[in-house]
Amino acid sequence: MNIWLIMLAGGLITFGIRFVLIFLFGKFEIPSALRRALRYVPPAVLSAIVFPELFIRGGHIALSLGNTRLLAGIVAIIVAWFSKNTLLTIVAGMIALVVLQMV
Amino acid sequence: MHEARTTFWAGVRAEFPLLVGVFPFGMIYGALALDAGLSRAASQMMSSIVFAGSAQFVTAQLVREAAPALVILLTVAVVNLRHMLYSASLAPYLKNLSLRWKIALSYLLTDEAYAPTILEYDRTGVKPTSHWFLLGAGIALWTTWQFSTALGIFLGTAIPAEWPLDFALPLTFIAMVVPNLKSNPMIATALTAGVVALLAYSLPFKLGLILAALVGILVGTILEGRK
Repeated sequence: MNIWLIMLAGGLITFGIRFVLIFLFGKFEIPSALRRALRYVPPAVLSAIVFPELFIRGGHIALSLGNTRLLAGIVAIIVAWFSKNTLLTIVAGMIALVVLQMV
Repeated sequence: MHEARTTFWAGVRAEFPLLVGVFPFGMIYGALALDAGLSRAASQMMSSIVFAGSAQFVTAQLVREAAPALVILLTVAVVNLRHMLYSASLAPYLKNLSLRWKIALSYLLTDEAYAPTILEYDRTGVKPTSHWFLLGAGIALWTTWQFSTALGIFLGTAIPAEWPLDFALPLTFIAMVVPNLKSNPMIATALTAGVVALLAYSLPFKLGLILAALVGILVGTILEGRK
């Protein structure tokens, strides 16, 4: 198949996945259990993205002091917990990573 | 109208920290797509037609391997399944919008636009101008994605590999999640999802991510029900 057709179909599929529940919401009654469950989507999805970025190095879980991203991530988590400040967290995590990489 | 404009720019501003991480990602995509044999026009247009980072990487890779179209499209669908969670999570806040708005915001719904938007909506609830926030975040990301793709196509990656700019993305997500872990079920959700994501990391097509998110959501909901 032509690459342009593949891209068009891929774009439609992607759009459909993003659109369908936004479109259908309100047309049916949503069970309250499902409503409650949806509040847990942000921490669940974002942690599932973040953990591998910190722990996985070269395809494997790396639990060592040599894993600078894990250490820098822990610094960022601590800063985020106490400061609740987005910019400060990112800057602290970046500085931690750069410093640890130099050590 | 003033309120709408303020909310739009608040969305743009909330997106800024994420753009630092998205920019090199877009350049890498542009360079990779070109390298996989796509034309410059096709590499660029995929960023606006598909507009989904990981799906675009996978498509470029599969085109390089001359995979059948059906395989490519199925892969795109599975890689993007997580967006259905975002769609479900934002839907209650967008239910009163016109069809045109729903279409535009769905098109712009990515990981990076979802994250700041849902936090804002959790904080403020539904306001008459809420949708402008997602529009601002979405357009800021969209513009950056197109521009960084073009730079990647014409300049290559150009960013030294030892600059860890990509680390800005997980850092921003950390900054968004951690301050919102206000109850034990929330903390349990985040930890469970994270650990499952590590254990299921080798699953293909980001299925590990979806599995991890679902298990995390289940654990949080069950713990909340027990209280």
